[in-house]
Amino acid sequence: MSAVLTAQGLTVRFGGLTALDALDLELRPREVLGLIGPNGSGKTTFFNALTGLYRPAAGRVVVDGRDLTGATPQAISRAGVARTFQRSRLCLSLSVFDNLMIGDHRNLDHGLWANLVRRRYLARQVGQAQARARELLAIFSAPLAGRMSEAVAALSMIDRRRVEICRALIGGPRILLLDEPSAGMTHDETHELMADLLAVREKLPSLAVILIEHEMNVIERVTGRCMVLNYGRKIREGSYREVAADAQVRQAYLGED
Amino acid sequence: MSATPGRSSLPVAVAGVAACAAACWAFLEAESQWVVAALAAGVLAALPVLDRTGLRARFDAAVHARRALAPALVVTAAFALALVLRDSHFALLMLASVALYVTVCLGLTLQFGFAGIANFAGAAFFGIGCYSAAILAANTALPHLLAVLAGGLAAAAVGSVLILPILRTRGHYAALVTIAFGILFRTFLEVNDVLGGPQGLKVPGMRILGWSFNDPPPLPGGVEASFYLNYVIVAVALAAGAFVLVKRIESSWIGLSFDAVRLDETAAAVCGIDIARWKILAFVLGNFLAGTAGAVYAMMSGFIAPNSFTFGDSLILVSIVILGGVGNPLGVIPAALLLLILPEKLQAIQEYRFLIYAVLVILILLYRPQGLLPRRLREYSAPGPRP
Repeated sequence: MSAVLTAQGLTVRFGGLTALDALDLELRPREVLGLIGPNGSGKTTFFNALTGLYRPAAGRVVVDGRDLTGATPQAISRAGVARTFQRSRLCLSLSVFDNLMIGDHRNLDHGLWANLVRRRYLARQVGQAQARARELLAIFSAPLAGRMSEAVAALSMIDRRRVEICRALIGGPRILLLDEPSAGMTHDETHELMADLLAVREKLPSLAVILIEHEMNVIERVTGRCMVLNYGRKIREGSYREVAADAQVRQAYLGED
Repeated sequence: MSATPGRSSLPVAVAGVAACAAACWAFLEAESQWVVAALAAGVLAALPVLDRTGLRARFDAAVHARRALAPALVVTAAFALALVLRDSHFALLMLASVALYVTVCLGLTLQFGFAGIANFAGAAFFGIGCYSAAILAANTALPHLLAVLAGGLAAAAVGSVLILPILRTRGHYAALVTIAFGILFRTFLEVNDVLGGPQGLKVPGMRILGWSFNDPPPLPGGVEASFYLNYVIVAVALAAGAFVLVKRIESSWIGLSFDAVRLDETAAAVCGIDIARWKILAFVLGNFLAGTAGAVYAMMSGFIAPNSFTFGDSLILVSIVILGGVGNPLGVIPAALLLLILPEKLQAIQEYRFLIYAVLVILILLYRPQGLLPRRLREYSAPGPRP
């Protein structure tokens, strides 16, 4: 078993609607897998099932050889799976640093005694955490690293997206699920974001990534392998070139006959 | 952002606290209804002026810059006020009540302001503390300090049962669970003969280590003072302890986890945060504070009855939190002063106090949802990440 994440026959139903239909997927170590497909094809549903937000009706999810089917989101997070959301789910009223620390939850000491009485120890922990956060943010953008104490609400769209990716990364996950990071971005911002993703790739080579994306430039540049969903089913798998040339894919995506 | 760094912050903070204390003194000492009404109108008119001129923001920043000193400053002001008003039973009773209400509202701040659990049964948890302390003080030889602690623990214990249905519901439904509990609690008191039924219970005065609270305090130089001064000391100490606790929670990883749970449960869960753990902690700690305050209140007033723990009383507590600024522990203090003292002094409006609270809450939510003192970004105990 070389896969870091395996889904076997993963099925999610909402009443009579089968949103995800017996999906099989193997994510290999260090790879970036692109997940594409028209709106409503089940991509986000797949992420929600993987991260424990939806309970699969059938099938299995295995992370690093451990069966995590139907596990809580917390257990899946502890197993090293982190994600971002298509519509940003940052805490806008909190600072950038606070948001990152929410993602670093499992590395922080939450004991009552440590937090309420051992204030020097807590201050040391905060100092170390700030260094960690600054270093991670600097991978994306040096100015952003200098704005850690500002509220996220004061940031631009692309910086918010970066903070969200950093929130997912700071806990040191083994698997990162990115749900359409370019959503709501301008053309230029999408370019910047692509550079960011390549930078992550370079700095954290051991990370395995699944990337949902509608921007085909991004898919082409960043991913090694793609999977296409339509109506909850996998219709094609392969390199971007193979997939893009496929007649069935073109039909599903572009409505071509 | 912070308008007054360094040296000028201390005098600004002192002047601000002193001005608030002076306003309280004027309210408590005012005899005629007209004077009280004029004072209230003056305070009301002063609020937008303080905002416009930036004085309120300066005060806010100064208190923040001196946050290590601020609790001591407020406590000093409270004691100074109590000493000035030492021979007035009424004024001291009001001050002690305000301090106890502040304690309860700090508990609500943990629950509602931090962890996002709307608790509309604050008066019920306060009442659990009252009744526990009343029964323990009247029927056992338990030292009263422990009886106060027991009042807090009893409220916390009942809260840890009530949290179960709250965890299974979200948002408005969780609030409805607390409303139902509050009403249930009062009905339970009224039909329960052991607890005195609707007539209520008499409660012995507090005694700690031979210090009898219902005797005039032995002040140096033979200065005479109302026995309520004893209760002011204990109530203010309790409120100060609660304040330090809540501030420490806010500026730690625990406060951050509370915020994460309040702001987005889904994102928090995906980040590995155990929602139930933090909601339980906030709810239990908050109710503990309410219970301890209730226990002191019972011994201070000497008599408790179900009528003091109605849904309306819970609403007053919630309005104090909203008026003060949801999630800002400091805001609770001026809000409690305003909402408790004003109706007591202004007999004309007492009949309509609930109506006025309701209108006030609506007005605040419409025009000043952040409250008197808006919440600031968290700063941890470490030097901030500001470059």
